[in-house]
Amino acid sequence: MSGAEWQLVGFSLRMALASLLLILPTGLALAWWLARTNWPGKALVETLVSLPLVLPPVVTGLLLLQLFGRRGPVGSWLHNTFNCDVVFTWRAVVIALAAMSLPLFVRAARTAFEEVDVKFEQLARTLGAGEWRVFFTITLPLAKRGVLAGTLLAFARALGEFGATIMVAGNIPGRTTTLPVAIYQAVENGEDAHAWTLASVSAVIAFAAVFVSERLQRQRK
Amino acid sequence: MKTVKIIILMATFWLTIHVSMAASLTVFAAASLTDSLKQIAADYEKTSGDKIVFNFAASGTLARQIEAGAPADIFFAADETKADALEKKGLLVNGTRKSVLGNTLVIVTPAGAPAINSPAELTNAAVQHIALGELKTVPCGTYAKACLEKLQLWPAVEGKVVPCESVRTVLAAVESGNVDAGFVYKTDAAISNKVKVAYEVPAADAPKISYPLALVKDAPQPEAAGKFIAYLESDAAAVVFKKFGFLVLSSPSTK
Repeated sequence: MSGAEWQLVGFSLRMALASLLLILPTGLALAWWLARTNWPGKALVETLVSLPLVLPPVVTGLLLLQLFGRRGPVGSWLHNTFNCDVVFTWRAVVIALAAMSLPLFVRAARTAFEEVDVKFEQLARTLGAGEWRVFFTITLPLAKRGVLAGTLLAFARALGEFGATIMVAGNIPGRTTTLPVAIYQAVENGEDAHAWTLASVSAVIAFAAVFVSERLQRQRK
Repeated sequence: MKTVKIIILMATFWLTIHVSMAASLTVFAAASLTDSLKQIAADYEKTSGDKIVFNFAASGTLARQIEAGAPADIFFAADETKADALEKKGLLVNGTRKSVLGNTLVIVTPAGAPAINSPAELTNAAVQHIALGELKTVPCGTYAKACLEKLQLWPAVEGKVVPCESVRTVLAAVESGNVDAGFVYKTDAAISNKVKVAYEVPAADAPKISYPLALVKDAPQPEAAGKFIAYLESDAAAVVFKKFGFLVLSSPSTK
């Protein structure tokens, strides 16, 4: 692999990791909220969270582009307030990856939370633990494997994201080009050897992530 | 009995599709030709009865698809080098290739955005993103890069470049206001009222922009394709091309 190829892999890994920083707090809160509480309209939120899984990724990309574009509601605010542009920058990559991978994480974490016996949580409460303490000392540790498996799945999904990324972040070599986008471009340019090298790297990373994730979910049972 | 009926029904269906496909012609054409060719094809379909199906994309993308065996009858690119590559591989029919159109490169900015009066202003700090066609596959991007290199601006603007899928993607990026400027053809700028032409690149500062047209070697419909190629070189087609702002290089009336 050439220096540029290593750089590309490094960039993609960093972007996927950065998206996890967005996914973990949001996803944990959502998963807990869906697993432990009941309220009218919950089904609607459940559906919305899972939507990016089945919606064509370019549609998610289109929505993000509308939101974060320089003339979109969020984008124009960021531009005018912080002079910070999202579209066609690395920030757009992270947001696209996070939006696309969040559902996978929420689904895994939610199942994991639901499998934790609420009796343990109630016991902790009777001993005087507050809700945050219950979550961090009882629920999360007991759901650890499922949450970890979900994290790995989300990470792997983020590394493979194409459709939404190319819509909002484009394909700027060295700045927004991720592995899948680079593979597409290499094929377009007729650089098949380059495409195969990058494809092999993707396959190895994806294999490892799914393999470990599966093992974690098996062991839990 | 029911199964037989279903088989007959499916066979009829398949045949219908097959027959209807047999009368259609596939043209792989540069994205910048989208509007003009659609209009020309609509006129042609009325008189000839043939149906024209288009695949509009960056010329480099189209060339790759033809290399991979895509069922194209006609290749109509925006860059001679893309036709050279296919010719070298023996994928175009000898003697059918002609240079038919020319175009002009322009810098466009979003309507209502601060004006840019010269390419040198692209180096200003206020210009953060410049949309260009992808430098290798999109001829418009290749031309724009050559132009910026000639003006010795390339090193200063390279970091601002947002490469796009096709010239139409560049146009859309400028229309949305997500980039501050973009390089498209004059003919693309003319179809949008959301961009304004900030600067027209003089022919001397850009490589020669020339559109080659040729019959593809493994064309499924070579005869019908030959007729359509002749029509594309006719006066009737030239009128439409000129209306959209193209330079017509070889129309019969000018020969």
